[in-house]
Amino acid sequence: MGRQTPLYDLHRESGARIVDFGGWDMPLQYGSQIGEHHAVRRASGVFDVSHMCVVDLRGERARELLRKLLANDVARLKRPGKALYSCMLNESGGVLDDLIVYFINDYAYRVVVNAGTRDRDLAWIREQARALEVEVRERTDLAILAVQGPEARAKTARLMTETARREALALEPFFGRELDGWFVARTGYTGEDGFEVMLPAGDAARVWRALNAAGVASCGLGARDTLRLEAGMNLYGNDMNESTHPFESGLGWTVALQPPERAFIGRPALEAVLAAQTAGKSIPRQLVGLILEDRGVLRNHQRVLVPADAAAAGAADGEITSGTFSPTLERSIALARIPATDAAGVQVEVRGKLLNARIVKPPFVRFGKAMVELPEAPR
Amino acid sequence: MSNVPADLRYTRSHEWIRNLPDGTVEIGITDHAQHALGDLVFVEVPEAGRSLKAGEASAVVESVKAASDVYSPLSGEVTAGNPRLATEPEAVNTDPYGNGWLMRMRPAAGSATEGLMSADDYLKFLETEGG
Repeated sequence: MGRQTPLYDLHRESGARIVDFGGWDMPLQYGSQIGEHHAVRRASGVFDVSHMCVVDLRGERARELLRKLLANDVARLKRPGKALYSCMLNESGGVLDDLIVYFINDYAYRVVVNAGTRDRDLAWIREQARALEVEVRERTDLAILAVQGPEARAKTARLMTETARREALALEPFFGRELDGWFVARTGYTGEDGFEVMLPAGDAARVWRALNAAGVASCGLGARDTLRLEAGMNLYGNDMNESTHPFESGLGWTVALQPPERAFIGRPALEAVLAAQTAGKSIPRQLVGLILEDRGVLRNHQRVLVPADAAAAGAADGEITSGTFSPTLERSIALARIPATDAAGVQVEVRGKLLNARIVKPPFVRFGKAMVELPEAPR
Repeated sequence: MSNVPADLRYTRSHEWIRNLPDGTVEIGITDHAQHALGDLVFVEVPEAGRSLKAGEASAVVESVKAASDVYSPLSGEVTAGNPRLATEPEAVNTDPYGNGWLMRMRPAAGSATEGLMSADDYLKFLETEGG
């Protein structure tokens, strides 16, 4: 048996199918996975993401710690409550985890890391924090509900007191703040508007039921995965890990190389990677979006072939890192790591056959709308 | 609870077999199987004329999350794959014993049927399997 969130019993009572996710017993789906997906795109859905780990950092040197730990630069955060997405790298420039950090004040930050990596992350953060005397507090007392979809904010705000409701609805995208004992953030992992709410574990079941009563659908990790992939968002462990660096994971935009004197962990390795590519000594790889033109479904680890005339000599094959069927587009979509190319399309080996896929720039879907041109419906 | 029609025969890998009046058989996956797989988004069925051995992977059913093989319960020659499933894979979820059939085949002479279960036996099998 795996670890359980404060909502585990409620999930069981709701008839959820429970699966292991990074050592946690989590709901995969309550009914139809595609139904849950559409609920978020068209109305609202709630996800239990309490398996993710909230870490509060406190101390005079908290900012200094994060400027060393993270590839993105928390010095960019000027206004309290503002969130920043970043990779945390190892010395080789590989991605230890991706996370969100909230700027609370000059001496306090809140970090949310992935479930599968939480123990390793905590050990790593604590090790770096010790020398700087920054307090690292794992908030196991909190549950996290992600309420997502065009109706999500209004329906969540209705559960708050009048003052808190007004403040919550005034939050700008990618900001969070403490409101009546909840930390409410306008963030998410679905490509829709919504809130992520961190609240005392003991309140979670009551709030979940109140959201259901307001018409917010219970949604499992299955829908969460198809939604995030349509939104073109990476999944740690699939699309990047400790042996891939941000530039080949579609995350170059999160690496702050300015100012040059900021010595974050992994920086020398990343600079060496860029220097080797500039000198033509290595073939860059890139993470691209694919949309399947033939019938079938793209899946993780399928082989991706770049046309020979559009690939650098000696380039290895590519690989699907996340593939699925997109319920919104009714096509199969994927993220794939391939050698840099200017080709418009690739071939993917699916069950022994080569199928045609078009290269597109994620996101595939944002705010309920297709962001890529769709191929003809395959027959 | 799973729906297990009394007039069909079943396999341990959750296929059902229906005898048709012309001596051919119709094959699909059970209600239990479609429920376990979840929403199907792609189904590949064999073409007419393909010859299959019992236990051979003959069709593919893919849900949002995963692809699964469907095994031929009998040896014989495929007489039809269900054309509806190319555009309507969800028929396997909504009507697994009707519109969601996968293929029809003419069993080879003497094709072994003793491995097939009655509805009662399949229900017992589901219970012991924890299904």
